[in-house]
Amino acid sequence: MTGKPAQRLTLFLLLAPAILWLGLLIVLPHVEILVLSFSERVAPRVYAFGFGNYLEFFTEPLYWRTFARTAFMSILVTALTLVLAFPIALYIARVAQGRLKAMLLLLCLLPFWVSELVRTLGWMILLRETGVISYMLRSIGLAGQPVELLYNDGAVILGLVYGGLLFMIVPLANALESLEPAVVEAGYDLGGSRWTVLRRIVIPHAMPGIVAGCIIVFMLTVGNFATPVLLGGKNGLWFTEQIYAQFITRFNWPQGAAFGMLLLLLSSAIVWLGLRLTGQSLGTTLKQA
Amino acid sequence: MNRPSLSWKLYIAAFYLFLFAPLLVVAIFAFNASPFPSPPWRGFTLEWFTGSGTVVGKPGVLVDPIWLESIGNSFRVAIPVALLAVLLGTVNAWVLERAEFRGKTFVAMMMLWPLVIPGVVLGISILAFFSRVANGLEDWLQTDLDFLRPGLPLVVLGQLSFILTIATLIIAARLRKFDRSLEEAAFDLGASRARVLRTVTLPFLSPALIGAGLVALLMSFENFNTTLMLVGSEAPLPIAMYGQMREGASPAINAVSLLLMLGVGGIASVFALTSKAER
Repeated sequence: MTGKPAQRLTLFLLLAPAILWLGLLIVLPHVEILVLSFSERVAPRVYAFGFGNYLEFFTEPLYWRTFARTAFMSILVTALTLVLAFPIALYIARVAQGRLKAMLLLLCLLPFWVSELVRTLGWMILLRETGVISYMLRSIGLAGQPVELLYNDGAVILGLVYGGLLFMIVPLANALESLEPAVVEAGYDLGGSRWTVLRRIVIPHAMPGIVAGCIIVFMLTVGNFATPVLLGGKNGLWFTEQIYAQFITRFNWPQGAAFGMLLLLLSSAIVWLGLRLTGQSLGTTLKQA
Repeated sequence: MNRPSLSWKLYIAAFYLFLFAPLLVVAIFAFNASPFPSPPWRGFTLEWFTGSGTVVGKPGVLVDPIWLESIGNSFRVAIPVALLAVLLGTVNAWVLERAEFRGKTFVAMMMLWPLVIPGVVLGISILAFFSRVANGLEDWLQTDLDFLRPGLPLVVLGQLSFILTIATLIIAARLRKFDRSLEEAAFDLGASRARVLRTVTLPFLSPALIGAGLVALLMSFENFNTTLMLVGSEAPLPIAMYGQMREGASPAINAVSLLLMLGVGGIASVFALTSKAER
């Protein structure tokens, strides 16, 4: 370590952007909403420390039910996405070869480069009362009158699963890619059925990919806003909508900040739990993705 | 397992149909001569792109000032975000790959953190923090600081907060592959530090710099959650689309979406080509 002051200055200059970025855009803003979430209005324009915003969350059924519903539906969406994506990832990683493989993966990527709003618009055109599916059902005589397929939980789940698929397929395919064909062969040779080989060899091998995919899909789903609002309408009831309502519509920032902290807590808790249960670290998980 | 069964193949086919169905209907109904983006088909038209509004009641998106303005707003956000992400991301990559100091693992972990924060929470936290800063500074300086209030500058900061992580990761991955003996050779040949950077290191990094810039551009263009919380009166494209979709849209929004798909497809293929050149 020669020329210490100069080196220190260089290091400081290199670190400056990172410190400004993480400090001003991440750490301090989060401190701000944490503080804000513990402040209560005691008189007009006068605030004091208190747990009122969190108490409000637990006493108002609409709030905690929306929260529980968001958590539950996100877990359901993650599980469905995993089940739907697994055969695709397996096909891409183990069956498809050369050109076909590259093309299948590229075709998976394409829709996800397009804005979430465009994809949601597509589903709205397909599902709504005057939409394509309703029209087709009538023209082949399966339905006598227009069918409304939008604005229910099914539509919300469909939209969210659709939005999560790519983020499941890519880590799964990456994990399955490294599975030695010889190991699978050995499983068959030892008398394992298709199902046994899948359950005892393929799935355990894909575990890092499964965890990575599930964590990413869960985070994206819990934090989603446009899909539940547009496909669910009044029945969407997503927790991010409550945050938006408190911040932008009602201008009750302390309440909104408390909701934001709760969402952050939920998202982090599930990520942590997922990593814990499977013994993975965040760094390697993000690398999978 | 190398012999896929028929049902598996059918599932794959059905899956890809499912994947593209929404995008196809968006594209198809952009050309329908009907006031609503829904069947039946009333004939092919380009009115939703270039029409003056005499036929379908509303001007096409390429002449409608409302849409043009929101596209412009999107560019006014995306270009600064992409430039800042590449510039700061390069410095960050340097910190991750070249610098040695105590607490480096902590800094590296902190840089990943923005990716696990929900976009809505990023938005409200930045909104609340900068409002406090603005209130404090305005009292002190006795002037209005509008750029700290909801609006495009704040949207730039909000998007940068997590796009910078991605740019950093892309550039750091490339820097890791760099053979440092090339730099040493240049030093031995008498080149100055600045010259080595300019003639050896940066050219090597350039595919990653372009790639990171394009990814930042795309992510900025499409970001909705964080932007929604920070936007003022000037709406970027996704916000404008969201507003239209809530009101029950006309096929104009399909036309905008199709243009967006083509633009994104173009950028994505440039990205694919540059990353192929990298290999």
